[in-house]
Parts: sequence; structure tokens; C-alpha cells
Amino acid sequence: MNKTVNQKAWFLVLPVLVLVAFSAIIPLMTVVNYSVQDSFGNNEFFWAGLEWFEEMLESERMWAALWRQLAFSAIILAIEIPLGIFVALNMPKSGFWASFCLVLMSLPLLIPWNVVGTIWQIFGRVDIGLLGYTLDAIGIDYNYTQNFYAAWATVIVMDVWHWTSLVALLAYAGLQSIPDAYYQAAKIDQASRWAVFRYIELPKMAGVLMIAILLRFMDSFMIYTEPFVVTGGGPGNSTTFLSIDLVKMALGQFDLGPAAAFSIMYFLVILLISWVFYTVMTNMDKRDGA
Amino acid sequence: MTDTTTSAPGAASIPGRVTDAPVAARRKLPIKGSAVVMGLYLLFLMLPLYWLLNMSLKTNAEILGSLTLWPRDLTFANYETILTDPSWYSGYINSLIYVTMNVAITLTVALPAAYAFSRYHFMGDKHLFFWLLTNRMAPPAVFALPFFQLYSSVQLFDTHIAVALAHCLFNVPLAVWILEGFMRGVPKEIDETAYIDGYSFPRFFVKIFLPLIASGVGVAAFFAFMFSWVELLLSRTLTSVDAKPIAATMTRTQGASGIDWGVLAAAGVLTIVPGALVIWFVRNYIAKGFALGRV
Amino acid sequence: MAKITLDNLAHSYSPNPSGPEDYALKQLDHDWVDGEAYALLGASGCGKSTLLNIISGLLQPSQGRILFDGKDVTHAPTAQRNIAQVFQFPVVYDTMTVRQNLAFPLRNRGAEASYIAQRVQEIAGMIGMEDVLDRKAQGLTADAKQKISLGRGMVREDVNALLFDEPLTVIDPHMKWELRTQLKSLHQQFGHTMIYVTHDQTEALTFADKVVVMYDGRVVQMGTPQELFERPEHTFVGYFIGSPGMNVLEAQVEGDRAVIDGHEIALGQGFGRPSGKVELGVRPEFTRLVASGGLPASIRRVEDVGRHKIVRAEVLGRPVNVILPEGEAIPADAAQVAFAPEGVNIYSDGWRVAPRATTPEGAAA
Repeated sequence: MNKTVNQKAWFLVLPVLVLVAFSAIIPLMTVVNYSVQDSFGNNEFFWAGLEWFEEMLESERMWAALWRQLAFSAIILAIEIPLGIFVALNMPKSGFWASFCLVLMSLPLLIPWNVVGTIWQIFGRVDIGLLGYTLDAIGIDYNYTQNFYAAWATVIVMDVWHWTSLVALLAYAGLQSIPDAYYQAAKIDQASRWAVFRYIELPKMAGVLMIAILLRFMDSFMIYTEPFVVTGGGPGNSTTFLSIDLVKMALGQFDLGPAAAFSIMYFLVILLISWVFYTVMTNMDKRDGA
Repeated sequence: MTDTTTSAPGAASIPGRVTDAPVAARRKLPIKGSAVVMGLYLLFLMLPLYWLLNMSLKTNAEILGSLTLWPRDLTFANYETILTDPSWYSGYINSLIYVTMNVAITLTVALPAAYAFSRYHFMGDKHLFFWLLTNRMAPPAVFALPFFQLYSSVQLFDTHIAVALAHCLFNVPLAVWILEGFMRGVPKEIDETAYIDGYSFPRFFVKIFLPLIASGVGVAAFFAFMFSWVELLLSRTLTSVDAKPIAATMTRTQGASGIDWGVLAAAGVLTIVPGALVIWFVRNYIAKGFALGRV
Repeated sequence: MAKITLDNLAHSYSPNPSGPEDYALKQLDHDWVDGEAYALLGASGCGKSTLLNIISGLLQPSQGRILFDGKDVTHAPTAQRNIAQVFQFPVVYDTMTVRQNLAFPLRNRGAEASYIAQRVQEIAGMIGMEDVLDRKAQGLTADAKQKISLGRGMVREDVNALLFDEPLTVIDPHMKWELRTQLKSLHQQFGHTMIYVTHDQTEALTFADKVVVMYDGRVVQMGTPQELFERPEHTFVGYFIGSPGMNVLEAQVEGDRAVIDGHEIALGQGFGRPSGKVELGVRPEFTRLVASGGLPASIRRVEDVGRHKIVRAEVLGRPVNVILPEGEAIPADAAQVAFAPEGVNIYSDGWRVAPRATTPEGAAA
């Protein structure tokens, strides 16, 4: 759409600006402030320069959390995106069963995150949980509070359970926008099922899939509540993702300086990766509009 | 076959008569592969939820005794505990209050902004839009502590509005983005026609424009509700008693005598109910809504 | 290429049709002769697209059979029928280049690379897209996309039939003419059986050898454009084809006389005593303005459309159109309209009654 230049449009944006400035810029400045100062209590602060940043960059703990975080986001994206597409392709196109599937699939999305954690915490327990009990009964040594692999498996399956539907619903919306004529033309052209997916369905889903990847990346990268409830970051530090580590540092140990430096770097990493996604996405929007 | 050719034009002009019994439906495979896939997927989604529901209807003795697939000793006592104790159910009320406030604030500020982004070029618009989106990417963990200090310093700690404002951090950018997508789909000519017809901007916006993007508003409201309702880290950090969300109240079940599993499960089930109700009301718009106006 | 036979065919979209009104396509027996170009003409929702989709196999008819050269293909999937179809809105594979788009139907059928290359080049020449062959289909104009769809339909030489479902809806008017002419010359060159669905009579009449007119789920007439013009089998055909359409007036008919509101008209032929709702149909081309010897008329309006004038008149309270040939002025004393007997058709309940030479008795069915 060709937009007109109108500087007065700023007035329409002003409320958002004020609100977001209040709830983003002021806190962010606080963080920056902490990140360059040191405190020995009593509200006395000393200029510390980039000391905390240097410390954090050399901190094995942070690097470990970052790699853990990247691994987690990569794994859940690798599972949820294809699985979501696959589910969307198998959903009924219309009628009662379509609504039925939509309603049930949306359900996990609206459960408070700590309840999601609680559900899986219970479900996976060997004594009172169906999953844990069953795995134990068939002879698998499963204990997410003791075993590294069990903890990771639980956290990943929980995230897949929680969020695959979002990907599926987005993909489904993309599929719904394909006119019947495309499928009919494909039949007439004797296209294989794979070709229909590759040349009709996937291109039409590309836009919403980018949204799905962006949302899933951002949210998985900030994940805190669910794994914290289930594993508390353990066993050891094996499921201590960036947010969990940050909260431990800031609210648990009250190491404000390092935590602030950590925060800023954390935020920058998300921004950087999201910016790449965003650029790719807007370029795709532009191509569609051409 | 050849004789039909000659008679075709005439024969065709006999008013249609229709044989009563249509050929019976063919190719009715007993079970389709896609139904199996969906069945398995939904089973995967529902089992943990069923387990929670199942536990919420059991006594603690049964829960801890032996694994039963359904409540042998059906009891609603767990729900009774929650619904009769103000310290429990006020958690629900608190959550609903700040979620509602958040949705209202989010829509009020996001609508004009989205309109500006969808219709006009102005200085710094692209940067501003991206900067807004970056706030959606801000990890709540980063903001928890500064928020705590900020809201404490302005005497808003432990109030509903504090949580509602805090949640605006990620909901407003998302709402602006969603609404912008829907508004872009409305042709600009509509605005121009309205102005020519003598509508003022506010009147045009409310009377003509809003109804056109009603589904977009619904979607934005749905997402704002969703992310505000499910968030815990910020809402827990910013409250202690008066505005404490239900999700945080749940940790109370950890008493001296161990965890009260039945009540915990019942509280969990009850936190799912509002979301389920919202979904039920928007079920016909879910598919379109999730496309966020961008398909 | 093949002859396509529809045998006792009918289709309903509802699973348990209870009456004729549930049928999108009412019972139909019809042969599409090999190598002819047909136009399926009718208003929106008359069942033409349903019929087309049944032929191409995208729909399974709820009753009857379809035969290609005598072979039953009613339940054969689309791919096996070896037909090509072009849709109303352009269907192109966005992520492919124009070349890949055109090659797609051949590649899927495992044609040789050298053959595909040569064939794609030929088709690109026909639709005039040689210079954009290596562009992505995405971002092309609707015209260009539709040309690609046409090209994909024609790329296979061995198709049994080429089906077009209002393919020129999205095309610019001047391009429409060009594409239609191209289609017609392709038809003459290669002799494919072509079925062309449209609601535009000009398109139908200029494209097809035979025009099939559909109305309310049934075929009301099939014939050459001239037959449709001179002897519309149904008042709908008379009304739908022609510009303006046929004048239809309610009348009582007995033998070779018709009476409209007490005014008698000589028909020149006997029609017996048709039953039901009887109407007299006469095209504006066979209607004249006269001083006397016709029906009293008043002129409402005259439209000059260049080659001729259309006179909008009112006869006994009913609108009647008259076409005045080029150069002819409206007679100063014109107070009546008269119908040329050779252009008059009589309809009973909408259907044309064949004239009978002499027998005065017996009602026509």
C-alpha cells in the first residue's frame, strides 16, 4: 500500500510510546545503570565501567547457560515446526471435527505456564504420574530430578506439548488460504503429494511459518517458568537456561552488577537473532506485495 | 453410443427428471490416515490434562496409595477447599482483574498506533516499529528486578495496575503488530471516502474502521488475554498479597505435611477453565485469527 | 483426443437429495464430439462448473456415467483421464520460474528432458512469454499468470480434452480478444476437443462451433450460434442470447393465430393449441415499427449503439425492444409494432413449440 507522509501520525503513536517508554526504557536504564556500577550495600554505588561485562564474558557459567539455551531452542524448533506442519496437514478442513480439533489444540496455549510445569511435574512422577509410572513399569529408569537425559527429555516433551499447537494453528491458517483450484490444478498436472506440498502448500505457508519460527524462537529463548517448576534447573545445572540462571543471580544471590550485565547481553543476543528473522520476514512480505 | 449423438440436443431439453436412488457413496475408506494422526496427537495433548483432572477428583489417600486410571473414590472436596477459602479464590479474581485491565489498556493504545503505522509514513516510523517489536523479545527475567524497583518507587507494588502495565511490555508490541496486519488489508479508499463524506477522524475510526477490523481486534484481544493470563514471573514478582495471581497462590499447597496434591490439581484445573471458555467463544475464528491478518 | 459421453448423469452436492431442487446438475445425456470446440454458456450458478468438474474428475457424479471413447471413466481419478483444465483465477506455482511452470505437467509424467525443453519453447512462443521464461512466476501480473495457466493446459499434446472454466475473467479486455483468437487458432491447428465455460455470450459465440446453453442445472439447448439465435428452444435462451434479448409476451395461441390482450396476430404457421403458460417470443431484429397492422405501442427511448438503433417501446404495458437497421429513421407515424412471422416462436411453459403444418387439433407437448 502506498502510504502518505504525515508527521502528525506521531500523535497516534504517542500513547504507545509513553506506555512502552515507562515500562521498558526506565527499567532498561536501571539495568544499564547497575551493569556499570558496583555496590557494597547501603545504597552506595561505585563506577565499575565494563568490569561486569568482562567478568560475564569470561564466566563459564554464562557460556554454559547460553549453549544450553541455544541447544534447547534449536531442538524444540527442529521438533515443533515440522510436527506442527504435519499436524496442520492432517487436520480436518472444515465442519465439526475441524472446530473440535481447534478447540482441543488451543487448550495448552492458555494454561498458565507454572501450571504447565505442574502438570508435567505430576505426570512424570514415578509414584503418582501416569507417564513416570508407565515408564518405570516397563523398566526404563526415569527420574527427571536425578537423571540428565530424563530431565532434558521431560522439558523438551513438555515444550512440544505446550507449543506445537501454536505452530500447527498458524500453518493451518496458511493452508486454509489456499484456493481449491490450486489442488485441482495439481491433480490435473499429475503432481505428486510431495510436489503439492513443496510447490503449493509450503510457499503459501511460508509467511505464517516465519511468524511461528520467530515467536517460538523468542519464547523458547526466554523460557523460565515451566522448566523451573519441573526441574528447578537441575539435576545440577543441566536445565538451567538463561532466564533461570539470571533470576538465580539477580533475585537469589542479589548479584546486581553481574546480573545486569548478563541481562544486557542476553537481550542483545535475542535482538540480534530476532532481527535476522525479522529482516528475512519483511523481505518476504515485500516480495509478496510486488 | 452413436445414436445419442443425433438425439442429444432434443433429448437434453426434456425437463430434468432425476432417478431417486443415487449411487451409494463410494470409496468410503473405513479409517483415514489423517484421522489416526490427529487422534494420536490429541491423545498426546489430552492425557496430561486428563491426569490432572483425574487427580483433582481423588482424595490424597488415593493419589498416594496406588495408581488408578480414574477416581475410585470420587470427591469434590478439593474444589470445595478452593472455592470456599477467600485466600484461594481471591487469586482468581486478582488474575482476572489485571488480565482485563491489560487487555483494555493494550487495545486502547495499540489501535491508534497500528493505524498510524498502517497508513502513514512519518519520521522514524520503521525504527520505531522495530523498536516496539524488540520489547516483545525482552525476556521477563531481565525486567523482573527493575520492574520491582520501579513499581515500588511509585507506590504501585502489589496492585493490579502494576501487573497490567508490566504485561503491556510484551502485549502492546504484539497487538500493534497484529492490528497493523489487519488494517493493511483494509483499502485506503475507505478512509478517503469517509473523510470526503465529512466524517471526523474519531467518528470515522469508531463507526466505520473498527467494524471492518473487528476480527483483528478480537485476535489482538485474544493474544493479549492469553499472554497476560499465562505469565507468572512478572506477576509474581510485582505482587505479594492484594494482587497475588492464582498461579502464584498454587505454591501454597506445599505445606509442612508435604504437598496437598488433590488441591494442587484442582487449582490447576480451575486455571484452565477461563482459557477454555475464551477458546470456546472464539472457536470459529481461531483458524483465521491465527493467520494474524497476514495470509 | 476423445469423444466424451455423459450417460444419465446427474449431480447433487447434498448427500441425500430429496427432490430436483437439490440437484446442481439435473439428469443429462450428451455427447461431446471429438475435436469440436464447445462453449458452455449460462448464468452463474447454473451448473456449468459442476459439469466441467465432473468431466475432469474433480467431482464424482452422484448418478450416471462418463465415458471417454466408450470407456467408463466415472471413477477414474483426474490424472488418469488425461485432460487439461484452466481455472477462472490463475493457478501458478509461485516459487517456480515460468519455464518450470510450463514444464511441470510434462515432468510429472516423466517426459524426456529434450522433449520438454522443445515443447516449453513452443508453448512460450504461443502465449508470447519467451522473454520471461526464467523469471519467477510470483510477482507477474494476473494476465501473465493466466497465460501461464493456459500454457500449462496446452503443453501436453495428447490430452483427451481441454477444459476452460471462465478463463478470461481476470484478463484485460483487449487481451481477452487476443487470447480467445489464439485459443481458436490453436483449436484449428491441433484439433483438441475443447469445452469452454463462460457466462459471456460474445465469448461463447465467437469461440465455439457449438454452444451449449445451461439453465438451472440442465442443458436447455445445444446448437450452432445461428440456431441459438433463430430458434431458441427455451425462452431463457432467447432472453440470454442476443443484445437485447428476445421479446417475450404472454399470449393465447390457437392454430395460426395468437391473441395478446384482445389483439390478434397472424403467425403464418399452425401451432395447435399449446397448453400451460403460453408465450410468444420474437427477437428485436424481427420486430418493426409500423403505422398500422400491429400492436399499439409507445416509444420510451431510443439508444444509438452505432451499427443500429435500439428502440425501447412499451406494448400493452409490456416492454418490447425493436432494432432499427443502420440508416433507417423512426417512421413519423409509428404508433404500432409488428412481428415478422418467420421470426416468431411460440413457447409453452418456457419450452419452444414446434410448428405443425396443418393439423389444428391436439395440444403440443
